[in-house]
This record gives sequence, structure tokens and C-alpha cells, in this order.
Amino acid sequence: MMEPHAELEAQIEQWRGYVQRRQAISAADIDELEDHLRGQIADRQATGLDDEEAFLVAIKRLGNLDAVSREFAREHSDRLWKQLVLVPESSDDGGAPPWRELAVVLAFAVGAGIAVKAGLAWLDDGAAQARNLGLLVFPFLAGYFVWTRRLTPRVAAMLLVPFAALAVVVNVYPFASGGSTELLAILHAPIALWLLAGVAYAGGRWRSDSRRMDFARFTGELAIYYTLLALGGAVLVGLTFAALQVVGVDLEPILAEWILPFAMPGALIVAAWLVEAKQNVVENIAPVLTRVFTPLTVIMLLTLLGVFAAAGGLTDVNRDLLILMDAILVLVLCLLLYSISARDPLAPPRLPDALQLVLVVAALAVDAVMLTAMLTRIAEFGFSPNKVAALGLNLLLLVHLVRAAWLALGFLRRRRAFAQLERWQTRYLPVYGAWAAIVVVIFPPLFGFV
Amino acid sequence: MRIDKDLVAASATPLVLGILTEGDLYGYAILKRVSELSGGGMQWTDGMLYPLLHRLERLGYVSSLWGTSEAGRRRKHYAITPAGRDALADRQEQWSVVASALRQVWQTAQQPPATAAGWA
Repeated sequence: MMEPHAELEAQIEQWRGYVQRRQAISAADIDELEDHLRGQIADRQATGLDDEEAFLVAIKRLGNLDAVSREFAREHSDRLWKQLVLVPESSDDGGAPPWRELAVVLAFAVGAGIAVKAGLAWLDDGAAQARNLGLLVFPFLAGYFVWTRRLTPRVAAMLLVPFAALAVVVNVYPFASGGSTELLAILHAPIALWLLAGVAYAGGRWRSDSRRMDFARFTGELAIYYTLLALGGAVLVGLTFAALQVVGVDLEPILAEWILPFAMPGALIVAAWLVEAKQNVVENIAPVLTRVFTPLTVIMLLTLLGVFAAAGGLTDVNRDLLILMDAILVLVLCLLLYSISARDPLAPPRLPDALQLVLVVAALAVDAVMLTAMLTRIAEFGFSPNKVAALGLNLLLLVHLVRAAWLALGFLRRRRAFAQLERWQTRYLPVYGAWAAIVVVIFPPLFGFV
Repeated sequence: MRIDKDLVAASATPLVLGILTEGDLYGYAILKRVSELSGGGMQWTDGMLYPLLHRLERLGYVSSLWGTSEAGRRRKHYAITPAGRDALADRQEQWSVVASALRQVWQTAQQPPATAAGWA
């Protein structure tokens, strides 16, 4: 008896999938509409129509889906704004009580705050504090991932060993006070730690390309959420500050001593949790921003190139400009990564893809100018830790961008699949982590800790 | 005969509320009842019934309850609430006024057909 209606069931299933794509129509509404559809089909069948005819009549009478969906949207306009539910109303699956996750997250956040506060209290040297800041926060972020992903001890050990090695190196090396290797270690240790956090994020499956891309997405969203939290916090603190000042109470010592050491690391953990919680509910923001900023960045890069050309090369540029340009190139790379992370790999090449290639080529031109300037400087003044670190980063960026441009060109000419371009990005990510580790671990002894 | 869609829209709320005073029903049954009552003259776009029912629910005129159909599927049943009955009584009065006004117009329009033709 079931067999003859298999096709009808398949058709209804297909229809459900089609309706599901309408945001204004909820799953319960689809159940209701399906019940209606089945009632109509049954009545048509009773009048002698076969399955297919009955289905077609029932669909026709249900009306134009666009119009119906519009009516639903008019009645339920709130549904067009996806709602982020942080604490689910009920957990039917008998799992953990809904508040437990929030409590654990807050515990991690407070823990990170206490660690930073304790670190600041015990390490009286400003440079030592800066070297250890990332190390103090990392265990709590990684701990959160270990907890949510129920990681095995093997993975936890995989995280712990490099972490401990980094902690030892950073604290045992006899850095010259105010030396550039120390500054480089301060700048590069968080990058190495961040990619280590990526291993925790990926649940130990860090070799998987898709998990790496997820981590890239996570990083972008985290940066945005952290910024939003920081802005909100700044407004709150500022208002309290001003109000207390009027009544003659100065909040500043408390702000520096207590509020910032707890709020800044705590916000990082909370932001990580928010990004995890909203993953499937709210559209990612980073890719939307890349859409806006890709053309603007192209204009910026071309302007810079024009200015450099007008100035007749970069032989006598100072170090600050080189650092700024490195920052710009890293920004370009992020734009590239996020626009790639949000793209449907199967869609054919379109205008944004061409624009992306223009961006990469412009960045390459800027990178080439930078490398020339840098090599000139090195030839003139000899090697220094800063110059080698900058040169290394620029070479890494050059390789990344050249290959990305080549693959993007192949994709635009329909010679290559988009997935290849995507895979190149994710495959290359660990290189930056390795470079950061080299700068932290090998540079100081290599250059005599100056 | 097709009924003008504005007329269908205007009469939809009192019709649905009125049908629900006869007892709780689910969407498809309400639609069938509309069809029966109008002798098949009032054909709604089936899908439009549900946003209407949801609006009535939001206004508090009907309440809904998920049950199961004979086939064991999820089915949403609607019942009229006291507020819905008040709203229906109100609509009924409005419609009576409209209907009686229209009836008088039809009568006067039928008596001297010559003048009507003269205008055309």
C-alpha cells in the first residue's frame, strides 16, 4: 500500500524543502501547511484523481508561494530578524541544564581575569607582563574549547606541550631590556598561541581544511564581537566615570587596577562563546564587511602605489612606514580570506571575484615595492632582528599572494575550481604560526637577545 | 461566480470566527466549511488562511493547540476565545448594517430600471 505513494511522498518532501527556504515560514507553519496539503490531496484522490494530479491541484490551490510567504512575513515580521537565543528555553534531549554552559563560560571568563590580574601583580616588570599576557589568557580560551568539544587527553597534551615550551622560552631567555628581540617576541607569541588555540578549536582535527576555514571564520567574527563588546564596555565605563566624577569620586585607579584586567580577557572568552552560540543563527558579519571594503582597499592600495611612484621609490623610508605597510598587507590578506570563506565554492566566477584578483595584484605590487625598499635598507645598514622579521613576513605574504593570484586567475578563466583557491588559503595558515614560533624561539639566541 | 477578492478579504475574519463558534477545527476543515457555506462560490487561496489564523491568534480571538490527525500527523486545531466571540458580535453588527443598506439599494435599484439604463 505504501509503495504506490512513494512518489507522492517524495514530491511532498521536495515541496517542504522548497518552503523551508522561506524565512518567514517557520517549521511549525510548514507542518500546518503540509497537513493542509495532505487533506486537499486526500479529497482530490477521493474524487478519482491520481497522486500526481491530486498533488498538482493541491499545490495550485495553496497559492503562489511568494504571495503566501509575503503574507506570513507581514504577520510575523520578527522572523525576518533571526533571533539569537543564548539560553534555550527547554532542553528536551535531557542534556545539561541550559544555564550550565553560561555558568561555565562565565567561570572561564572570570578565571582568565584572575590569571591576568595575578600576573600583573606578580610580574612587576612591564616587559615581562607584556610577554606573558597571551600565555595567561590562552589556557582559559583553550580550556573552553576543550570543555565544549570534550577533547581527548591526547589533544590536550598536544596543546599543553607547545604552550609550556613557549612559556618557558619567553620567561627564561635573558632578553636585553628594551631590545628588539624582546619586542618581536611580545608581538609574535600571541600569533603562535592563537594558531595553537585553532588546534583546540578544531578539536584536534587541525589537518582538516574545512575546520581550518571554520577557525578563520571564527577569528573574524570574534574580532568583530570583541570590538562590539569593547565599545559597549567603553560607553558604560565612560558614563559611570563621568557620573562619579560629578559627585567627586575618581574611578581611574579602579579602572586600571581592576576593571581592565578583568574585562579585557573576560570579554575575549565571552566573545568566543557568542560566536559559537550564534554560528548557525546569525549571518556572519566578516564576509559582509569584506564586500564593502574590498573595493575601498583596492582604491587605497592604488593610491599608495601612486604616491610611492611619484616619490620615486622608497629608499629613504623609515621603519614606521614599513610596519604600517605590513599591517596593510595583513589586512588585505584578511579581506581575501574572509571573502573566500563566505563564498559558495560551486558558484561560477562573478564580478567580486575579479575585484578580488585586482586587490591581490595591487597588494602584490605594494609588497614588491616594500621588499625592494627593505632589501635596499638591509644592503645599506646590514641585518637586524626587526629587518629580518619584517623581511620574512613579507616573503611569506609574497608567496601567499602570488599563489592566490595565480589560482584566482585560473578560476576566473574557468580553468580551476574555486576549492583549490580555498584550499591554498587554509593550507598556508600554519606557515604563519611556524614563522611566529621561529621569531619567538630562534631569533633571540640568534641575535644575542638584543 | 467568482467573488471579488476585496470582498473575500473583508468577510474572511467574521467567516472564520463564525465557523469556529460551531466547534474547534483545523485549517483545511475551516476552508472546506467556507466552501460549503458559499456553495463553492468563495474560493480562497488556501495558503492565505494561515497568516489570517495567526493574526487572529495574535489578536487573541482564537487559540490554537497541536493535536494529531487520523493519520497520526501533527495537526493544529483552532478554537474561538471569548474575545473572539466579542469581536464576532461586533463584526456581525457592522455586517448587518451593511447588508441592510445594500438590500434597500437593491430594492430601489430594481424598481425603476429605466432611469438606471438612462445613465448608462
